[in-house]
Amino acid sequence: MSDVATPATHEVAHPPDPFTVAGTDVGSRLLLGTGGMTSPESLSAALVASGTTLATVAVRRVDPATRHSLVDLLDGLGIRILPNTAGCFTATDAVLTARLAREAFATDWVKLEVIADDRTLLPDPVELLAAAEQLVDDGFVVLPYCGDDPVVAQRLEQVGCAAVMPLGAPIGSGLGIRNPHNIELIVERAGVPVVLDAGIGTASDACLAMELGCSAVLIASAVTRAEDPARMAGAMRDAVAAGRAARLAGRITRRFVAEASSSFEGRIDSSGAADGRGGAGG
Amino acid sequence: MTAATTVNGDACALDPGTTVADLVAERCPSPRGVAVAVNGEVVPHSTWSRTEVAPGDVVEIVSAAAGG
Repeated sequence: MSDVATPATHEVAHPPDPFTVAGTDVGSRLLLGTGGMTSPESLSAALVASGTTLATVAVRRVDPATRHSLVDLLDGLGIRILPNTAGCFTATDAVLTARLAREAFATDWVKLEVIADDRTLLPDPVELLAAAEQLVDDGFVVLPYCGDDPVVAQRLEQVGCAAVMPLGAPIGSGLGIRNPHNIELIVERAGVPVVLDAGIGTASDACLAMELGCSAVLIASAVTRAEDPARMAGAMRDAVAAGRAARLAGRITRRFVAEASSSFEGRIDSSGAADGRGGAGG
Repeated sequence: MTAATTVNGDACALDPGTTVADLVAERCPSPRGVAVAVNGEVVPHSTWSRTEVAPGDVVEIVSAAAGG
């Protein structure tokens, strides 16, 4: 018989915690981008390991040389398509791209992306807001990729966006969340889900996003360009779950000095004094 | 000389009566997940076979590509 004690493990029942966008239960709080993967096989493996239920695709001119179908791959895995408007610099191009995506994939959901330049890939807030307003009017469920500016996030919500997706850092940079305070401000004021989009480099970044109160994270490069994408996808899944649980559990307040968790009451004193100096121990 | 039709950025001399459905069939193994715009307006799948493209038209034929 083994001397190693086995701790009792019990699954504690928590209330359901669905991730809902525009009245639809999305499922997983980890959204995955499909760009940057070396093969359809490794993409499939990463998608499965991530547990995602919603993955982004770009809309591009057909390439007659392409044999595999991304749509078939995602359909086969039961993962919903979230088309994006990546690469659009103007509201006009983004709106047409969204309309093409709606026709191609039979979804009125769109990750709206309107970038200002191809060096920073930062969102252009003026074009973004114009495109969002137009697409909301057209009946789209608009999930805009935006900067971490709380005012812009609020304006996007006011024009009817179903979520806001602020960046943590520039796309593909892996720099994490550069301004956690702004993300917290966006979360505090938002009446729609906040999805941290762009900048995540590793699992702790995804966990932090959830701890800050984001409803979900969208990750592409951090998984697809990792040395082992499927393993990183699994790490991200766990990180998102841990961060969400920590958020709901309610973290302790940060303190400047220690606060003991063990009472000083009844501790020994080798000098024989009846009582020590008071206080408590760690 | 009549203006060419531009299909995905390439100038093409097309037979008269060529439809959107013809262009898609030439370029795509399956019409699933494909969308078409002519002169900046989406052409619904249901009208592809009766939508003829004219010289000077700008046609975009798109589908899903890997992307964040």
